[in-house]
Amino acid sequence: MEPLQIYERLKERFGERVLETVEKKPDPFAVVDPGALVEICRYLCDGPELAMDCLSNETGVDYKDHIEVVYHLFSYRHRHGAVLKVKLPRENPQVATVEGVWKSANWMEREIFDLVGVNFEGHSDLRRILMPEDWPGHPLRKDFVEPQEYHGIATVRESPIVRLDRQKKK
Amino acid sequence: MSGTAEQTLRAEEMTLNMGPQHPSTHGVLRFVIRADGEVLREAVPDVGYLHRSIEKIAEKVGYHGFMPYTDRVDYVCAMFTNQGWGMACEKLAGIEVPRRGEYCRVIAAEFNRIASHLLTVGVLGMDIGAMTPFLHALREREMINDLIEELCGARLTFNYMRIGGVAWDLPPGWREKALAYLEHLDPILDEYNALISYNKICIQRLANVAPISREDAINYNLAGPNLRACGVKWDVRKDLPYSVYPDFEFDVPIGHGQWGTLGDSMDRYMMRIYEMKESAKILRQALTRMPDGPVLAKVVRNFRPLAGECQVRVESARGDQGWYVVSDGSGYPWRVHVRTGSFAAMGIIQKLSRGLMIADLVVLIASLDVIAPEIDR
Repeated sequence: MEPLQIYERLKERFGERVLETVEKKPDPFAVVDPGALVEICRYLCDGPELAMDCLSNETGVDYKDHIEVVYHLFSYRHRHGAVLKVKLPRENPQVATVEGVWKSANWMEREIFDLVGVNFEGHSDLRRILMPEDWPGHPLRKDFVEPQEYHGIATVRESPIVRLDRQKKK
Repeated sequence: MSGTAEQTLRAEEMTLNMGPQHPSTHGVLRFVIRADGEVLREAVPDVGYLHRSIEKIAEKVGYHGFMPYTDRVDYVCAMFTNQGWGMACEKLAGIEVPRRGEYCRVIAAEFNRIASHLLTVGVLGMDIGAMTPFLHALREREMINDLIEELCGARLTFNYMRIGGVAWDLPPGWREKALAYLEHLDPILDEYNALISYNKICIQRLANVAPISREDAINYNLAGPNLRACGVKWDVRKDLPYSVYPDFEFDVPIGHGQWGTLGDSMDRYMMRIYEMKESAKILRQALTRMPDGPVLAKVVRNFRPLAGECQVRVESARGDQGWYVVSDGSGYPWRVHVRTGSFAAMGIIQKLSRGLMIADLVVLIASLDVIAPEIDR
């Protein structure tokens, strides 16, 4: 089934809660209501006609005025895929976890929490995965400012050319 | 000695630390192990030691400038990360790669797949205590590295591909050398099989260890050889064909569980052996059928794709690699995310580790073929 047909089916089933579908950009996607996300995912995963048994990718994107969580779904039975999105406010973004539907969401949601700062309600083990536990902020936010040092270790280094120039001047 | 046996022999659960500097954790990663003697209660992976925020770097260096960084996502098979990034940009901008360029890509990538799998099977041998196969495998890998060095000047971080094709055409005489290497590889693989794959000790160490069911493999999003070992016939090259793969005849080997359980470590190990043979098949066809023509499409230096987003999937040596790129129409990507096979494979280890022996955990990690920089990016 083509992605657009899948989104049509979602619209028939969930009506208003499928907020928007975008046809070509170049991948088509559907934006859904965060409140209905888990229900929609269950429907996509369990129904025999769609059978999206794999969450192949989940990631977060910061758009400066809002944050999006993007779900790339795939069905190994029917060999078709779909892209779902939820739009969240930038202040305290929260969405329900889909860990109960696909186990692979566990680690991917930890990564989004770590790097983009989205809270996943109901997640079994929501803690930082790639950055250190006490790292300030979320690096993939667009307004993230890299700290100058971490526990006394400098995170920036002077260019060796600049240093050489300075030594020459002396 | 006074006291009862309970007092003198302590029998509580141990919490051990494996890594981050450990010879068999394949790079810098750490496990916190809870063990009852030799039997694991649970092994909790702790990753992130090699996190370089490559996705953030992409937002700062622009489309062309990011190509060398993609090598560092997975340094064992960097051709695939090159190709994935190139394909994502081409899809965003609607660029068509010249046919000879695609052939060069396939040839470089398949050689890289053989090199990567050789490293995997060699290291797996070493992890279970056999040093000799590692040396055999690395000797063969070295020859591929020499070939690739002649092609692009680098042995590990290739930076061979560009948006719109590849940087250089095959050098004169390279085709013959490559074909000669393939002639040499087939008997070597048989020798390697006789040395280790069908070795009784090897089979006993690998068979029935940490089997993964088909449902779990899909639910945990395993990819590539790890997924196929569980009996799922899925290969991006065949099922969502990209590049010039439809031109070639090759099989997609899957696990059958003939050594023990379906989806056990032996199945995962054998997948790599089978895939090397299939790659050699593809290489022979590609090298003999190569069309003439340019290898690089004309791409402006100030590369600005239209605003939009796409995902492309590439069958890397560690499985289905997904590049998700968001463009806002400027010269710098708004967001880049790469979904890798190792990240997914690490996610399942905690579940599989329950009840394993500590020595089998090493086998599990090696057979899943996780590469630390690909997890952490």
